[in-house]
Amino acid sequence: MALRELSSLEKYLGLKKPNKYSTQGDKKVPVLQNNQGPPLVGLITIACHLVKEAKRSDLLGESAESRAVVQQWLEYRVTRLDGCTKEDSKSILKELNIHLQDNVYLAGNHFTLADTLMYYGIHPLIVDLTVQEKEQYLNVARWFDHIQHVPRLRHHLPPVAVLRNRIYTGRHH
Amino acid sequence: MKLFVSEGNPHCLKVLAALELTAVKCDVQYVNHEDKVVQFLSHPALPALLLPSGQQLFSANAICRYLFEVSGQNCNDHCNQWLEWEVTVLQPALLRALRSAVLQGKGSDVSQILQSPLNFLDQSLLKGGKPYLTGEAISVADVVLWAALHPILSDSSFTLGEHPSVKTWFDQVAAVHSCQSAVQKVLQGKGLQAMKSYMQRQPAPPNSQCRDAQPCNNNPAESEERQHSVSEEECEAAALTWSKGLSSCPPTDKQHPILPQEGKRNVLVTSALPYVNNVPHLGNIIGCVLSADVFSRYGRLRGWNMLFVCGTDEYGTATENKAREEGLTPQQICDKYHAVHSSIYSWFQIDFDFFGRTTTEKQTEIAQNIFWRLHEHGYLVEDTVEQLRCEKCQRFLADRFVEGTCPHCSYPEARGDQCDKCGRLINAVELRDPQCKVCRQTPVIRSSKHLFLDLPKLESQLEQWLEKSTSTGDWTTNAKQITHSWIRDGLKPRCITRDLHWGTPVPHPDFKEKVFYVWFDAPIGYLSITANYTNEWEKWWKNPQQVELYNFMAKDNVPFHSVVFPCSLLGAQDNYTLVNHLVATEYLNYEDTKFSKSRGVGVFGDMAKDTGIPSDVWRFYLLYVRPEGQDSAFSWADMAMKNNSELLNNLGNFINRAGMFVTKFFEGCVPVMELQREDKELLAVVGWELQQYIQLMDKVKIRDALKHILNISRHGNQYIQVNQPWKKIKGDESERQRAGTVTGVAVNIACLLSVMLSPYMPLVSQTIRDQLNAPQSCVYTMLQGGGTFVCSLSAGHRIGTVSPLFQKLEAEQIEALKKRFGGQQAPFQSTSSTPAAAPAAAIKVAAVEGGDSEKAEQLAKAVAEQGDKVRALKAQKAEKDVITAEVSKLLELKTQLAVAEGKNPEPTSKKGKKK
Repeated sequence: MALRELSSLEKYLGLKKPNKYSTQGDKKVPVLQNNQGPPLVGLITIACHLVKEAKRSDLLGESAESRAVVQQWLEYRVTRLDGCTKEDSKSILKELNIHLQDNVYLAGNHFTLADTLMYYGIHPLIVDLTVQEKEQYLNVARWFDHIQHVPRLRHHLPPVAVLRNRIYTGRHH
Repeated sequence: MKLFVSEGNPHCLKVLAALELTAVKCDVQYVNHEDKVVQFLSHPALPALLLPSGQQLFSANAICRYLFEVSGQNCNDHCNQWLEWEVTVLQPALLRALRSAVLQGKGSDVSQILQSPLNFLDQSLLKGGKPYLTGEAISVADVVLWAALHPILSDSSFTLGEHPSVKTWFDQVAAVHSCQSAVQKVLQGKGLQAMKSYMQRQPAPPNSQCRDAQPCNNNPAESEERQHSVSEEECEAAALTWSKGLSSCPPTDKQHPILPQEGKRNVLVTSALPYVNNVPHLGNIIGCVLSADVFSRYGRLRGWNMLFVCGTDEYGTATENKAREEGLTPQQICDKYHAVHSSIYSWFQIDFDFFGRTTTEKQTEIAQNIFWRLHEHGYLVEDTVEQLRCEKCQRFLADRFVEGTCPHCSYPEARGDQCDKCGRLINAVELRDPQCKVCRQTPVIRSSKHLFLDLPKLESQLEQWLEKSTSTGDWTTNAKQITHSWIRDGLKPRCITRDLHWGTPVPHPDFKEKVFYVWFDAPIGYLSITANYTNEWEKWWKNPQQVELYNFMAKDNVPFHSVVFPCSLLGAQDNYTLVNHLVATEYLNYEDTKFSKSRGVGVFGDMAKDTGIPSDVWRFYLLYVRPEGQDSAFSWADMAMKNNSELLNNLGNFINRAGMFVTKFFEGCVPVMELQREDKELLAVVGWELQQYIQLMDKVKIRDALKHILNISRHGNQYIQVNQPWKKIKGDESERQRAGTVTGVAVNIACLLSVMLSPYMPLVSQTIRDQLNAPQSCVYTMLQGGGTFVCSLSAGHRIGTVSPLFQKLEAEQIEALKKRFGGQQAPFQSTSSTPAAAPAAAIKVAAVEGGDSEKAEQLAKAVAEQGDKVRALKAQKAEKDVITAEVSKLLELKTQLAVAEGKNPEPTSKKGKKK
């Protein structure tokens, strides 16, 4: 899972040479072998490293404040979202829905790495939502749809139909 | 800028230390643990930092990063890595450790919980060779990790093993003045106790046994044993229960007809109706009838008022077709195969209260009644469907019975649903030059009116009911998921009529000559079969107040039981009993492939008895590998192993030894038992296993419950092994008495095992009780309430003749069976040539023929579905390799279909050999 995310991220960042990853432990924590130094371990760590390598540091936030906010949401992703139970997932969606009520992206007005990794991580949850639930988490749905249409981002994940457009009403819809 | 912190919160240590160390200017406000500073989070999160921009940070590590960055120290990769490790690995372990130490007073667990992360930290510091985590100077990583570990490492009462590098590093950070001052502010010199009120408010970590960096690959048996080390009170309680003896009045035997009774738990159990035209394979048997049988046997032992009904599903195209092939009437075909089914289930000792069929007058009566009620309430809508009709054969042609030229690629042998050459899906009416496959005449297009059940109109009622049923009943996870996804994809009206003859006639004058579609008709079979059992069937089926309904099935049947059939019943508005507990299994594979009749792979119901392996052993193994929660596989080698290790060496060995000791050393009379602490401990452990068994069985976790039976005999074997009654019997008076106690306790455990085994292996269970001459009332006593392990064979009780219960399965025997059922080289001929198989041979051959068209029908359906999937992917412009993978699956399915239809799988070949 994490490995596919990283390779999608690489493609999104336009990195020419795909990196080789391995995993460690029962939780399959990703490991990146690094020519310059010791291997890097952990999804966030590697993702941030790739962003810097691609010279896209803007994705990590453009000020100290937004950099901290980005890191906070990355942490939220790996601590709250990963391995969450059914119940957790409801409260996560609720929290994000309120947060995204007056934020375009997770870290405010700019698209960042936090949106990317949150999108990859939340995809399985969104896939399982019913149409009604998606309407209940309208802000999340809006954000999600927005992110999945960011060019070259989606890669390994199938698109999810998020918002229902009512063209006809009646029984044969 | 404002920082909100609370006292006694270890995360606040991090930020206060960082704040002082970086000397960033910021107001600090102390609040209570419950104060919600960050509004949108569901749980209060502290510390929290209100940034100048108005944004909020609610992660202690992000706050520390920010403070360090403002003061000019950025985080590099290495530093990121430590911070990520802290939140993902160290914190979950620390949370558990602090819970044990602060809330549960079990400081002794801390060392074991933290061992692995501390080792890792120690190694890393040693390898790094630097004073701090990321180099020569203190960084945000040092502050965060130090603060996280402070509550544990600064408390000398924990013995944590040797971590010299950690100690040096920790002391060095702790000596920093800012850190000391933060400790004072947060913990106020009270150490761990200061954290109590904070810890009490933390949600319990889910699944805390096995998360994160903890060595969770402990032998499960080992950790379980540690879990229930037995306390003095538990021992005494177990001894007290033991001394209570048997309850005096066993429930009366069941009397037909069984009807719901006031004041009892009335449980109606159904197993999915097997299709009559199809000899069931082991997967079918474990998925439906066997699982339902175990549960209803268990329920009867628990004293519930149970009714278990099932029957063959007999209407539909496949039967009509089969009849044509064999030159019989559909009714004759059904009669013939109903008998086949019946005999298979009786060999497997499936104890139906009634095994009926769907082709009865009651079926017509009830189905038509439901139909009229749906019609009256406006839940049926009319629509026109275009279909091909063969005038010569006088019937509408199902898609599989039309061939013609593909409208896309002009391949001349395209079928009514799909072209084998170009793979495109076809609507039968689009075929050029269509031909009836039976008589080769050209069919005509006729439009035909049909009735549809208006599922969208019933959707809100359905959802309301589902919400209640799934939350109060025991629905398996897959049942809930499948139902959920059906509803998520939106319900559409479903056609309930067909232009066929072999079915329940539609009573509406505008739809004469039509019958009900099987999916509408078949589940009504549960009702009509019950009606054929008793005239008072409505006491079960129109009585949701008194009756609990359990449906057993494999997962492919879920939508019809959870969505479609409930909609029929809800729309009929006649107070029907709807399913309360929907129990669906996953699939059972055969030696890592699928059961396949056309390829002769797998064991089918009628062949099991020819293997010479007793029905009880079959039941045991199928239940042992029951696909509960995930797919599982039947394997001969594994079956032999489980028979030899679990049944023979564990269970059978224990029961036999216990009985033999009574016979050999005590002249067949149960000796006097004087319980000591060790015996009481065993009683408590066995009692615990019994309780687990009951809890699991109540939730229909049939496979999991079986493991607890085997655990008990393991405990028993160990007990005998340790106490060596065969030696003690030769010793002095007190040793002889000890031998007596051990033997008496062991033989009583054997008696308990016979009771627990009864739903699984009815014959063996009865044999054990016969051998022990056990009173019948023991069966009812021990499964009451939460489980009561009583002494049912008291001193002086005379047991019967003891003999071995199981036989070894030899490797050669298993190899031979594996070969015989492995498929490919004409397996059926070899089956019928084995000597024991002679009487069953006729049935078997019939089964092969019957299998092919059914198999073909299934495959045709799979091909159609896979075709849809591929088209959908292409339409969505999915990744190329995803599409390629699905296309190759499609091709594989088509090849299988061709084989099943007796054709050469090469699409360019000439006419198939069939017929």
